[in-house]
Amino acid sequence: MNATKVLDAKGLACPMPIVKTRKEMKTMESGEVLEILATDKGAQADLAAWAKSGGHELMDSQTEGDVFKFWIKKG
Amino acid sequence: MTVTAMTASEVAKKVVNNQPLFILDVRNGDAFSDWKIEGGNIQYLNTPYFDLLDGVEEVVSELPTDRDILVVCAKEGSSVMVAEMLSEEGVQAAYLQGGMKAWSEHLEPVKVGELSNGGELYQFVRLGKGCLSYMVISEGEAAVVDATRMANIFLDFAQEKGATIKHVFDTHLHADHISGGRAIAEATGAMYYLPPKDAEGVVFEYAALENGLEVEIGSSKLEIEALYSPGHTIGSTSFIVDSKYLLTGDILFIDSIGRPDLAGLAEDWVGDLRESLYSRYQDLANELIVLPAHFMIIDELNEDGSVAKKLGDLFKENHGLNISDEQEFRDMVTKNLPPQPNAYQDIRKTNMGQITPDEEIQREMEIGPNRCAVR
Repeated sequence: MNATKVLDAKGLACPMPIVKTRKEMKTMESGEVLEILATDKGAQADLAAWAKSGGHELMDSQTEGDVFKFWIKKG
Repeated sequence: MTVTAMTASEVAKKVVNNQPLFILDVRNGDAFSDWKIEGGNIQYLNTPYFDLLDGVEEVVSELPTDRDILVVCAKEGSSVMVAEMLSEEGVQAAYLQGGMKAWSEHLEPVKVGELSNGGELYQFVRLGKGCLSYMVISEGEAAVVDATRMANIFLDFAQEKGATIKHVFDTHLHADHISGGRAIAEATGAMYYLPPKDAEGVVFEYAALENGLEVEIGSSKLEIEALYSPGHTIGSTSFIVDSKYLLTGDILFIDSIGRPDLAGLAEDWVGDLRESLYSRYQDLANELIVLPAHFMIIDELNEDGSVAKKLGDLFKENHGLNISDEQEFRDMVTKNLPPQPNAYQDIRKTNMGQITPDEEIQREMEIGPNRCAVR
C-alpha cells in the first residue's frame, strides 16, 4: 500500500504510539495515508478506535513478526 | 499537586470492604465493556485516553469531589498521563499501578477455615478474573488446588507458612486461565495430579487424579479425597477436604453452575453435568462448605472477601440446582451461553504443554473475564 508518510513507533508504550500518530496526522492533508509501525500490542485496538473517533479510516493492518503495521487515511 | 499510585492490592481491599471509589477508565470502549474492575461501591466513567489528548476539561465536570478517583488503563502509561493532566487542573487522582495487567494478576489470600489439628485452608481470590485457588496447610506440609499462573505467589506463601508443598492438583484442564500447577510441582518436587480423561493431549508426566484418590497432609494425616464429578469437562473432579469443605472446581459455583461447552462437547457432557449436580452432590452432607474455582459477580463474595457457602444453602438458593425438568436444564446449559473466554483454545493447549508462549503472551491470553459459568 502506498503511504504518504511512515511513522516508526516501535518500542514505544501506550499512550505514545497514538500521541505520535496524532501529531503526525496534523501535518498531513485529508486523503493522505500514514503508515505506522508499532510493537505495543495495545496499539492494535486503540489505533482502530482512535481512527474511528477522529473520522479517519483504518485501511489495513498487518503483523510481521513482532511488528504491527497500520495504514490510516486522514479524514 | 502530586499524582499517586494505587496498587492492585489497595484496590482489592476497597472492593472487599465495599468502600467508595470512582474509576475513570481510559481504555478504549470495547476493552472497558468487555472487562473492568468490579465492585459494589464503584462508579465509572469510560473516556479513552486518546480523546483526552487535547485536555481533560470536559471530564473534570463529571468527576465527583466526595470519593477517591482512580484512573485505569491497560498497562499504566496512559493512566499516569491522564492523572497528571487532571492534577494540572487541580483534581487529585491516583493511577492504577501496573494497570489492568496488574489487576488481572493480583491474588488476595483469605483464610477460609481451620482444619483438624491446627491445619488451615486458604483461598486465593483473583478479583480481576474471578479465579479461586486453594492451599491446604497442615503440620508443615501443603497441597495446592487450581493454582493460577502466578506460581511464585503460592511458593512464597507456603514458605511464609513454613510448609512444603507436597501435592498439586487441578480439578480439570482449565480453559479460562493458565495453570500454575506444573510450575509449582517442578519448583518443589511435588506430585502434579490431573484427571486422566482431561489429559489426553498432555505432553508431560502427571499423576492420575481418579475418583476415590486420597492423599494425606502432615503427620496427623489431614485427608483430601477426590470425587469424580464430570460435566464442565469430562474429567472434572471435586475434593472433600477434612470432611468439611467441598472444592467443586468449575462444576458448581455460588450463584451459577459450570458450562459444558469449553472443550467443544456441550451436548455430550450435559448429562454428566446433571448427574454430578443432581445425583453425586445430592449424596453429600449438606453441611459441607462449597469452595468453587470461580466467582462471576462481586455479590458472590462474603463480607470477609471469601467465596464460600454451605452445600445445603446452595441446594435451596442456586437456580442451577433447582431445575427439575431435564430438558429445561439441557437447554439452559447448551443454549444462549455467554461468549467463550479469551484465547480459550490456546489456553487449553498451554495447560497441556503443547505450546509454551512467553510470559507477555500468556498475560495477553488471560485478559478479560473468565466466563466459565451459566446462570
